Amino acid sequence: MLDEETKLTPRVVFPNKVLPYLLVAPQLAITLVFFYWPAGQALYQSMLRQDPFGLKSKFVWFANFRKVLADPAYLNSIKVTVAFSLATAIVAMAVALLLAVMAEKVVRGKALYRTLMIWPYAVAPAIAGMLWLFLFNPSIGSLSYVLRSLGIAWDPLLNGSHAMILLVSAAAWKQISYNFLFFVAGLQAVPKTLIEAAAIDGARETKRFWTIIFPLLAPTTFFLLVVNTVYALFDTFGIVHAVTGGGPGKTTETLVYKVYNDGFVNLILGDSAAQSVILMVIVIALTAIQFRYVERKVHYG
Amino acid sequence: MATVDLNDVRKVYAGGVEAVKGVSIAIPDKQLCVLVGPSGCGKSTLLRMIAGLETISSGTIAIDGKIVNAIGPTERDIAMVFQNYALYPHMKVYDNMAYGLRNRGTPKAEIDSRVRSTAKVLELSGLLDRRPRELSGGQRQRVAMGRAIVRNPKVFLFDEPLSNLDAKLRGQMRVEIKSLQRRLGVTSVYVTHDQLEAMTLADMLVVMNAGLVEQTGAPLDIYEKPASTFVASFIGAPPMNLLSLSTGSSATELERKLLGLAPPGGRAATLGFRPEDAELVADAEDRSGALMLPATVEAVEPVGAESFLHCSAAGNRIVIRVGGRTTAKPGDKLRITATAEKLHWFDQGGRRLDSASPSF
Repeated sequence: MLDEETKLTPRVVFPNKVLPYLLVAPQLAITLVFFYWPAGQALYQSMLRQDPFGLKSKFVWFANFRKVLADPAYLNSIKVTVAFSLATAIVAMAVALLLAVMAEKVVRGKALYRTLMIWPYAVAPAIAGMLWLFLFNPSIGSLSYVLRSLGIAWDPLLNGSHAMILLVSAAAWKQISYNFLFFVAGLQAVPKTLIEAAAIDGARETKRFWTIIFPLLAPTTFFLLVVNTVYALFDTFGIVHAVTGGGPGKTTETLVYKVYNDGFVNLILGDSAAQSVILMVIVIALTAIQFRYVERKVHYG
Repeated sequence: MATVDLNDVRKVYAGGVEAVKGVSIAIPDKQLCVLVGPSGCGKSTLLRMIAGLETISSGTIAIDGKIVNAIGPTERDIAMVFQNYALYPHMKVYDNMAYGLRNRGTPKAEIDSRVRSTAKVLELSGLLDRRPRELSGGQRQRVAMGRAIVRNPKVFLFDEPLSNLDAKLRGQMRVEIKSLQRRLGVTSVYVTHDQLEAMTLADMLVVMNAGLVEQTGAPLDIYEKPASTFVASFIGAPPMNLLSLSTGSSATELERKLLGLAPPGGRAATLGFRPEDAELVADAEDRSGALMLPATVEAVEPVGAESFLHCSAAGNRIVIRVGGRTTAKPGDKLRITATAEKLHWFDQGGRRLDSASPSF
């Protein structure tokens, strides 16, 4: 039994000095083995240059970084990544918001609609990619048949823009369910009396949405913006690999995919490691910027 | 300039629950009509139907002579003050007040002058740049009022606007709302469950119970002539004393004597009198034609200017108001008297029996 005083102290006090360390040890071990160790290895590797046969390596300081940042293929990959991430985040969020607003209006079978909308989230990225690949395959895809019969020369295997559209569709489709779930919750949290007050104040439905509901959804939208950007940047490897493999040419080669391609396919380990270190810096910077500057604008009580 | 006319208005919810069971009220122009009743009596539903936030199952609501059943809240030209104020949290006070005007396409210069003059009236001028969360409860309440006033609508609707304030502030705001409504001369409908608020604010009081109107009239008329035992026990604090009397062979001698004071017709079943209309008598002599009731004091509540004696009499609990302080203690035997014209009689169904109208 705890006495009153112990219950009220905010910290848990362990009688044994070793026990707390033992309790956090598994978590620490996992973080060390699966994050800090490989991250350290990558950092070390990014400053090494190996000969083509992997027989010897040389410490070159930041030469790999200089080389990578001057490489036109890498700069192209940055452009591709920015375009892909922005398009994916915007499409995934816009469609999810539209669906959530529609689902709110459904009176009967609301739960059924929601369940059906959430299902795609359970699909693995690579499988989602395959699904879209087959649907839009120029020779066997049923949807590309429809597109072609509409007079569109659909060919994601040769046309870079088509490949990008296909990739964004597949990546966004996968994320819509997740966003939908959060937008539904966000919409439910908007007090009904505010909407009623706005109606009495003469605002029609569209106006109410943009002047009352959408601003009040800002915390949800910001959260999803962070999650979707991170998803598009780093979790879409499976989709890129399954749908386009970075092609045609290098038109859909995102930064993450290029790390894999250079490191594991072309075996240029130093370059690949340098790229992954740059990616790590980008993530840290992005998160810091988002939380420090954007979040400030969306908080009110 | 607007009248509000409700004609046999009903509200039936999807599950078959009937919240409003046929209400007809005619509110004259510039009047403040208070709907009062216990929670669940349908008063808020009725207000929301006038606002256009709930559909009308049957009957008609007319504002300024025009039936508005099919018109949405956006076009009804009404303003509403909500219980939780419903201020837009992401907008400053100024924008909260300007929102309705902007939606109606009012020119910018006019919006500015109207918002500023309204803010001045409500002593909000220094707060226009604040957000709702930076305001106290009373200030939020004022902003909610300001948002309604600035639009200069045909009708004001108030949905228990003072129930989130503390007692002192509530008293202040009550006086302010009343004088503001007088000055602006806008027809208003005010919903509350607080009978004190209802009595002091209303030009026209509507007492509701279980989806029906129990009584409509001027507050003091209702106080003096409650139409039913429900109204008698709801209006007035402490409420009217009600003694249910057995009639016929089971009646005691006292009950027979009391019933002798009732209006002729033999339908009287409940006797009522207000706590302040009763007096204590020391002597044992009977006064003819007046109430004479022996009672035992059970508790004494001194309030300062007056004291309330809780007593048991003829098998009922009653409350007597005595001015100033009292020497009465629990256990004391008293005799209570009240003149015949201060007595209220109700029939078996709780409806008022009036000696002035024997046909009742």
